[in-house]
Amino acid sequence: MKRSFGAKSAIYAILVVWSLVVLFPLYTMVVNSVKRQRDIFRNPFIPPWPLTFEGFTSAWQDGRFDLYFRNSIFVTVVSLLLIVFLGSMASYALANWRSKWSTFIFILFVAGLMIPIRLGTINIFQIVQSLNLIDNVFGLLPVYIAMGLPISVFVLTSFIRTIPHELIDAAHVDGASEWRIYWSIVLPLLRPAIATVIIFNLIPIWNDLWFPLIFIRSEEQRTVILGVSMLFGQYQSNWTRILSALSLSAIPILILYILMSKQFIKGLTAGAVKG
Amino acid sequence: MTTISAPQAPSQVRPNRYKDRRRLTWILFLLPALLIYLGFMAAPLINSLGLSFYTGAGLRPEKFVGFANYQELLTNPLWRDRFLNALRNTIIFFTIHMLVQNTLGLLFAVLLASGIKGHSFFRTIIFIPATLSVLVIGFLWRLILNPQWGAVNKLLDAAGLGFLARPWLGDPGLILIIISLVSVWQWVGLPTMMYLAGLLTIPDELTEAARVDGANAWQTFWRIKIPLLIPVIGIVAVLTFVGNFNAFDIVYAMAGARGDPKYAADLMGTFFYRTAIAGEHPVARPDMGIGAAVAGVTFVILLVGVTFWLVGSRQRDYEL
Repeated sequence: MKRSFGAKSAIYAILVVWSLVVLFPLYTMVVNSVKRQRDIFRNPFIPPWPLTFEGFTSAWQDGRFDLYFRNSIFVTVVSLLLIVFLGSMASYALANWRSKWSTFIFILFVAGLMIPIRLGTINIFQIVQSLNLIDNVFGLLPVYIAMGLPISVFVLTSFIRTIPHELIDAAHVDGASEWRIYWSIVLPLLRPAIATVIIFNLIPIWNDLWFPLIFIRSEEQRTVILGVSMLFGQYQSNWTRILSALSLSAIPILILYILMSKQFIKGLTAGAVKG
Repeated sequence: MTTISAPQAPSQVRPNRYKDRRRLTWILFLLPALLIYLGFMAAPLINSLGLSFYTGAGLRPEKFVGFANYQELLTNPLWRDRFLNALRNTIIFFTIHMLVQNTLGLLFAVLLASGIKGHSFFRTIIFIPATLSVLVIGFLWRLILNPQWGAVNKLLDAAGLGFLARPWLGDPGLILIIISLVSVWQWVGLPTMMYLAGLLTIPDELTEAARVDGANAWQTFWRIKIPLLIPVIGIVAVLTFVGNFNAFDIVYAMAGARGDPKYAADLMGTFFYRTAIAGEHPVARPDMGIGAAVAGVTFVILLVGVTFWLVGSRQRDYEL
């Protein structure tokens, strides 16, 4: 459709202004994280000079963000692996098993898309405590897996149903077991759907504050976001360090996002829409 | 939920003698996921709601009291005022999201769908904040709005609007609006992408035909695009609703667990956190029974909202 010059300019003006509104706080965060305290206050918006990385080193070493990163990566990777593995197994069964039970189980899983797990926090806390996993990153794993399974089952079941049946029947004729068919035929075909499931769960798990805040007490078990949540109490006056820690926690996700923005947008939106 | 259908049967009927063995196989495939899901999500939800009928100190209230916790929550001034305040704030929080976030999202989607150059660049930028942690976003804005540093106040000064500068987060009349707008800033990318996806499915022939019949862009938008977008608008509304009634992180980051000053930014999420986990002033000890009742009320509110949406989309399906 042809548009007038005026209409086009208006479109660009709105998008550019909003982009600046989005980028300005992020720019302020990153630029000031490498400034000295007094430069932060005197000139918050100019590019940093002289550069200082003391905020990053002190957050990484004294602030134990090295530890927090290790914990967060562990929790996120293990949860995602199990969400994908257990979710795809369940989906394979749900896509093939014809019975009223499978319909019921499918609806049970899908109901979890609409109901926030936080409402069950009190009992989850009791369960994790009776398992002796309070104040332990391992205690977060089952919660995150349970939280990720509904979307995983929903996306993967729909995807498996689109796999041509001849492929699986041929394997049956060759005498392959269901496990073998799942593992060496279905699972490799699921790759694009698995990417969606991973992206959809990666962000909420990595960014979660609620469960670490409630479950974790000691420093050795903290996740990155829980570490960030302690910043204001501890280093109230050291702005270089606060901004460094904020940047540190945001940059890995930002890089990942910029590298794969198309998949991120698709995954997160698909996940949300299917709710 | 119109998008959800029961699993389809495989296209071929399999021989009967396999049936029992295959059923066992499927159960084994399902069991691990089902156990974790039931054990850590479904059962805790039901048990937590069940706990709202019990009272007692400590982690495991054991004395059954029926609806007494709910009665306490709604009549004892100690709880009632906080509860009604949090509920009112959450409704305001949700209203601002519906008005600002979902309207801006629609605007951005329409602009991006107009096929201008660089649309994918702008799309990427609009979505950036949605990938970041709510806590990090909250802290960042708290610093930027801090009058001691005054990044925003300095900008206003530079623009000749210095008289507008104020301690944004210290004003009980402003803080809830500011926090809502920060949350809108973060999440607007989500409705934008959903509306965009919806707009791109509208066939060009439809808008083209309208144009040939003499409709201008404004009429095409209201008479053709908006009616076709109604299912997406419904999904956006229900997601915003569920998200907002569970919001916690943004208030925790910008105003603390009490939504200071004077509980002006206290939401259902923070109220639940204090009653069930952290302890509510002046008791300062968590009351699991009351906390569970707060979760119970939230659950009922969500249930009513989602049912409304389900019934609405059902009816629309029949009409079409």
